[in-house]
Amino acid sequence: MFINFFHQLKSEGVPVSLNEWMTLMEALAKGLAFSSLTGFYYLARAVLIKSEAHYDRYDLAFAKHFQGLETSDDVIKHALEWLANSQPPLHVPPGERSPFANWDLDELRRQLEDRLKRQDGEHHGGSQWIGTGGTSPFGHSGYHKAGVRIGGQSVNRSAVQVAAERHYQEFRDDQITGVRSFEVALRKLRQFSTRTEGPKDELDLDGTIDATCKNAGKLKLVWERPRRNTMKVILLMDSGGSMNQYMQLCSRLFTAAHRATHFKDMRFYYFHNCIYDRIYTSPSLTSRNAVKTEDVLSSLKADYRLIIAGDASMAPSELTMRGGAIDWDMHNEQPGLFWLERLARHLPFSVWLNPIPSEHWDRTEGYYSIALIQRVFPMFELTPEGLEQALKKLKAKTK
Amino acid sequence: MSEKLSRFSGTGDYIVSEELQNSVNVAIALGRPLLVKGEPGTGKTMLAKSAAENLGLKFIIWNIKSTTKAQEGLYVYDTVQRLYDSQFGDRDVSDIKQYIRLGKLGEAFTSDEQVVLLIDEIDKADLEFPNDLLWELDIMSYFIPETGETITAKNRPLVIITSNAEKELPDAFLRRCIFHYIDFPDKAMMASIIKVHHPDLEERLMLQAMEAFYSLRNVSGLLKKPSTSELLDWVQALELGGINPDRLTHELPFLGVLLKKNQDLDRVPRNQQERGGRSKSFPYSQRG
Ligand SMILES: Nc1ncnc2c1ncn2[C@@H]1O[C@H](COP(=O)(O)OP(=O)(O)O)[C@@H](O)[C@H]1O
Ligand SMILES: [Mg+2]
Repeated sequence: MFINFFHQLKSEGVPVSLNEWMTLMEALAKGLAFSSLTGFYYLARAVLIKSEAHYDRYDLAFAKHFQGLETSDDVIKHALEWLANSQPPLHVPPGERSPFANWDLDELRRQLEDRLKRQDGEHHGGSQWIGTGGTSPFGHSGYHKAGVRIGGQSVNRSAVQVAAERHYQEFRDDQITGVRSFEVALRKLRQFSTRTEGPKDELDLDGTIDATCKNAGKLKLVWERPRRNTMKVILLMDSGGSMNQYMQLCSRLFTAAHRATHFKDMRFYYFHNCIYDRIYTSPSLTSRNAVKTEDVLSSLKADYRLIIAGDASMAPSELTMRGGAIDWDMHNEQPGLFWLERLARHLPFSVWLNPIPSEHWDRTEGYYSIALIQRVFPMFELTPEGLEQALKKLKAKTK
Repeated sequence: MSEKLSRFSGTGDYIVSEELQNSVNVAIALGRPLLVKGEPGTGKTMLAKSAAENLGLKFIIWNIKSTTKAQEGLYVYDTVQRLYDSQFGDRDVSDIKQYIRLGKLGEAFTSDEQVVLLIDEIDKADLEFPNDLLWELDIMSYFIPETGETITAKNRPLVIITSNAEKELPDAFLRRCIFHYIDFPDKAMMASIIKVHHPDLEERLMLQAMEAFYSLRNVSGLLKKPSTSELLDWVQALELGGINPDRLTHELPFLGVLLKKNQDLDRVPRNQQERGGRSKSFPYSQRG
């Protein structure tokens, strides 16, 4: 019964590990489910699920698995009681209580793995499995069951009902990728200085010890040149109209980039649809925070890595015509494409990240402008994988 | 040890759902850290405080910043001071112990009484930060090579870790924790929270303010949705300003208290912000 729930969770795509499953067994043995399905629902969720993005999958799995049991908590009650009773609570002194896998937990895990293999797919009574588990050496039960109140008895609705209501659908992360994966990708963009440049300003500990010893114990400090990341990055982000739907995604990239402390320099600018003679220092794109693209360019050496993030979807005229800029007060003397090419020429290490999935690039409304821009910049999807490919590209000159 | 910790049942100034109480108690019973995640202002920090108070335990807070290193939580060896003393000072530099300063984790471990240790906003720190603390949190002990000393928890602390849901945490770390996501409070719970903070608030003002607040949270594309603490501030501003509850159906005075970002203020039409608006049904529509 229980082990099938484990499989059910897996097949719903919940990343639950054996380790956590063992913790759940430990918790059950301590009576923390309080012999009720509702108690089990919250207990298993707290132990097994580590992100609200997976709560919905958990609900689905739970509803599917326990549907038949909905009318009676008895089944689980019996199973739990059996489990609890077979384990007299022990009082183990703090020192002996190793939360790390000691041998018996390892042994348990091995057994469980074994069982998982053998029982895969076949139907079996849970009590039998728990029975085996119940005789297992969970020796840390220092907490009396009655001391904790888990799973409110005051809740009248059944746990299956609660699960079936699926309160956490909006938190699902199927499409959304998090900041962390962007950060991890950005870390790979490094370029170390050689040990021959820059000031010697890092204490060389080994050298100091050596020199001090040679100096008969009188302190002699030795300094060396640190290896520093010399990578410099400029991030240009589209911050207008059609980008609103990708705002979350872009703000994750932005947050990740902002957190990246390993670059020598990181600059942020914004534009609307395409880049013309002015770009902006704030996403609100007001004339107050406009700067001349020309000036920005001349302040950047060619070793700056350029990352542009935008959906590249616009009217072709915005790229190809003088005065084609979408904002009427822009009056661009040069067409957008001119500026893009100029950027690419000035900054040979450059990429374009597009939040639109690449399989749609030749089909979306903006397919024409996307194709035009792809001739100037290598374009990648704004996903952690896309970013990773893009960053690889950024290490080598584009052209 | 843990049997001394009875169970958490909330405090008068903190409204807590039964599920969250349960999660705290599961963490206590299993001796695992409790990771609490949720939007800013959902009462994560306060939970730890309330737990300490309710369980009658000492409360130790470790506030995490972007520059915080895991090592600082264990101990810092003040080598510079020692070096200085060795050259110019009159202290006995062979006694390294006096240059070892315990961090918050060390403080929690060495405390004679059991403590609640709050590691607040762990997602602010470097990506690897949580992983760097795994071992110490697991075995509740660490070694200081400089002094040959082992710091072991006298009493297993209840560790509560909060995260603002901004950054994902490493899997290995997550596997060790009991996890609880604090839902944004529904209206009934919000009403109790408001009453805890403003017991004398006029009921109609509270209801109208909540109505406006929840519709505002529904405006799509807000960079930062207003949170509980902002609602509490807003209610106070409305009360002090002597605002008639009926005005809230069509205008939002002191909107700056609720929305802190200029772009978000731009998303709510001007005429709804200060003066009466036209539409009765949903006054806080999204722009263009
Ligand atoms: N459940 C609650 N009960 C009482 N007050 C609350 C609750 N949740 C939030 N608050 C109020 O909101 C403020 C912010 O809570 P805090 O714990 O700092 O949130 P977080 O740490 O999640 O950002 C608190 O100072 C408190 O006044
Ligand atoms: Mg907080």
